[in-house]
Amino acid sequence: MSTTVIPYTTEIRPDTGVNNVKLGIWLFLASEIMLFGSLFAGYILLRTGNPEFGAGSGALSVPMATLNTVVLITSSVTMVLAWAAAMEQNFAKFRLYMGCTVMAGAVFLVVKGFEYSAKFEHHLYPSHSTFMAIYFTFTGLHALHVIVGMGYNAYLWIPGSKMFHSNPQQFANRVEASGLFWHFVDLVWIFLFPILYLLPDAAS
Amino acid sequence: MAHTLGEKPNIRPYIMVFVALMTLTLITVAVSYLHLPTMEAIALALLIATVKASLVACYFMHLMTERKLILWTLLLSAVFFFFVLVIPTMTAGNPITL
Repeated sequence: MSTTVIPYTTEIRPDTGVNNVKLGIWLFLASEIMLFGSLFAGYILLRTGNPEFGAGSGALSVPMATLNTVVLITSSVTMVLAWAAAMEQNFAKFRLYMGCTVMAGAVFLVVKGFEYSAKFEHHLYPSHSTFMAIYFTFTGLHALHVIVGMGYNAYLWIPGSKMFHSNPQQFANRVEASGLFWHFVDLVWIFLFPILYLLPDAAS
Repeated sequence: MAHTLGEKPNIRPYIMVFVALMTLTLITVAVSYLHLPTMEAIALALLIATVKASLVACYFMHLMTERKLILWTLLLSAVFFFFVLVIPTMTAGNPITL
């Protein structure tokens, strides 16, 4: 039986100075920066070009978004603690913190769901205005990232955690890569929160 | 880097960053209720967001102690990112009316 072994998943590659997992996830995040960057550029263009941009944005719920900010920041710290537990080789702690991270992701999506349904109840769809269009594009793409990150964290939490014992170094690297993605998702939200919820009213 | 399996990483900075992020979140929300003039409000909110994002990147994402290769990759991304952000200013003087 032949198996393909991916090189440098645990050991440091001499020419790059990092393992391939870390370089790979950072290159992916670099592309993600550009993906969100294009949307931020679109936001600036639409906002500066339209004096009416913020009109009607008072429909967004600041308390709900603040709650989600707190939830995501909390999940970011439990994520890094899950990685620390994996490094420390403490399985019980890893299970606890990773579980918290996955749950926080779920809470974020539930709150987002309530937010979306409140918008739909008021017939606020992406077609309503430029602001609602960019609001749904941004938060929709961000929610998609939360779903993906939560999915992979859930995999590492239960089914994928077998590797915790069989190959602890590779497992810790996976947790670190998943964490880098999760922190990036948090980082994007840190900017989305003020530009979508706090600032549009400042313009009107 | 410099983390080895079996050694407990120092989690104290993570807890401190967590407290700082929560505090900054409260500040940015509180400030938004002051209804500052538009430019001041935007500048302050983006400043706070940048500080929060830097804390996440430096500590949670370990960029403080990361290898040069990763930092150079990100610097290149940052240059392109700011280039993309500047593109809309090319439309200045020709406002979109929707």
